Amino acid sequence: MYLQRTTFHPKQTGLSTEESVKICVNPFVEIENVTLSYSEEIRDTAVQELSMSISEGEFCAVVGPSGCGKSTLMKLVTGLLFPQTGEIRVDGRKVNSALKIAGMAFQNPVMLPWRKTLENLLLPLEIVSPHRERLRREKQTYVKQAQELLKTVGLEGCGDQYPWELSGGMQQRASLCRALIHEPKLLMLDEPFAALDSFTREELWCVMRDLWQKKGFTVILVTHDLPEAVFLADRIFVMSSRPGRILVERKVDLPRPRELDLCFTPEFTSIVHELRGHISEARA
Amino acid sequence: MKLSPWLYTVGMFLFWEAACWLFSIPVYFLPSPTVILHAFSEFRIALWENSIQTLWTTLAGFGIAIVFGMILGLIIGWSKNIYNGIYPIMVGFNSVPKVAVVPILVLWFGIGWIPAVLTAFLISFFPIVVNVATGLATIEPEMEDVLRALGANKFEINMKVGIPRSLPYFFGSLKIAITLAFVGSVISESVAANKGIGHMMLIAQANFEVPLVFAGLIALAVEGIGMYAIMAFIEKRMTGWAHRSDFSTQQV
Repeated sequence: MYLQRTTFHPKQTGLSTEESVKICVNPFVEIENVTLSYSEEIRDTAVQELSMSISEGEFCAVVGPSGCGKSTLMKLVTGLLFPQTGEIRVDGRKVNSALKIAGMAFQNPVMLPWRKTLENLLLPLEIVSPHRERLRREKQTYVKQAQELLKTVGLEGCGDQYPWELSGGMQQRASLCRALIHEPKLLMLDEPFAALDSFTREELWCVMRDLWQKKGFTVILVTHDLPEAVFLADRIFVMSSRPGRILVERKVDLPRPRELDLCFTPEFTSIVHELRGHISEARA
Repeated sequence: MKLSPWLYTVGMFLFWEAACWLFSIPVYFLPSPTVILHAFSEFRIALWENSIQTLWTTLAGFGIAIVFGMILGLIIGWSKNIYNGIYPIMVGFNSVPKVAVVPILVLWFGIGWIPAVLTAFLISFFPIVVNVATGLATIEPEMEDVLRALGANKFEINMKVGIPRSLPYFFGSLKIAITLAFVGSVISESVAANKGIGHMMLIAQANFEVPLVFAGLIALAVEGIGMYAIMAFIEKRMTGWAHRSDFSTQQV
């Protein structure tokens, strides 16, 4: 089901975007010189001449100051918005409609309150193509798959409860499961842990890390939490403030599997510090 | 706790009775509850038949209003353009007092139950349309995004998210609509009918049977409260999920 991860990392850190784009062989997600403006005004230009290149199976994070166009970038990649200039290609094909091979999770879990949690998880299967035809016949297999996913994130047995009966952290875990139920090759996360308290957040980092390790999909995580980015990602892109473009690309060489204790080591802290410096400059 | 509305109601009747006795209010002005009770028993057949008449014309008009209201609400809420286009017409239409429409209905359909049912319908469909359309038009963009990101089209989004999302609004509007439908049929009966409580009350008034007028009033009140309660019960059963907060407080 999942292709082998052909991760290819540029060996040095702090490469400029042009250089890394040239080096990245076999990119899975390619964003080339993309510009999007919400209106004629300059200040409504969300992203300007943005370029990024991500290999299959990579875990990438995008960080940047508030309002720098991170969410716009998410919508561009999944085909919810279209750029005025430039091109976006996923899996070799140009994005000109909503991507069906992507799963998305937002800051707000957005569970449908009239459906039980398990039924919420099955929602993408009712829409995405090969599954929606098979759903009626193979319902039991899919239900089992959903329950397996729930178990992986620690929500075993919660399928029968309504979303409002779960806590915020549990809903967010369910939302991650929903994003993964149709086995997407690409997972887009838009600040999914921002609304959670720090202990739940750290727990979900580990959940995310384990899911990715197990399933091997490509991830683009948009976040403003620098430790989160450094803990989870292989590569971090720092965006400038609006209009957004990539300022710096930082490879995170820390060995895997990464445990939470890593967050307090000097190497980790120095990377976070460096990124923070870039962002402060970007905000200035 | 639940006893308290009953206690207050009984209290109100006792107060009424006492006031009539204390101030020697004449029967033809404000009959006391005991006199009204007597009228209930004396005219029970007439009261019963006319109550049933009012009840079924109300329910028939209400039923048509539900079907028509839902369909129109769906059409309007579906597309922003239609919403903006039709809404002013609807507001204008709704501002016309329906009692003014009854003579027209009588001209078209004659005296009887048809104008009653139609007036009930005309008065009560507007809240349903508005609520259904609003429920559809105000789906949170995040919910829509979740589906759009998977490639769902507008129809699927409305079916899976829009309509279930609108149900609380729809059921909420039913409570209002039933009371309005009730008003509609009584108005029509008062103006142009040969059966029904409105009609009966007018005749009683003409004959100075004041206790009967009040008995009719109380019969109307009982019917109105009963219908409202049934609608509220149905609403609670069908949309219990909406009366919880969407995001529950953190559970440790």
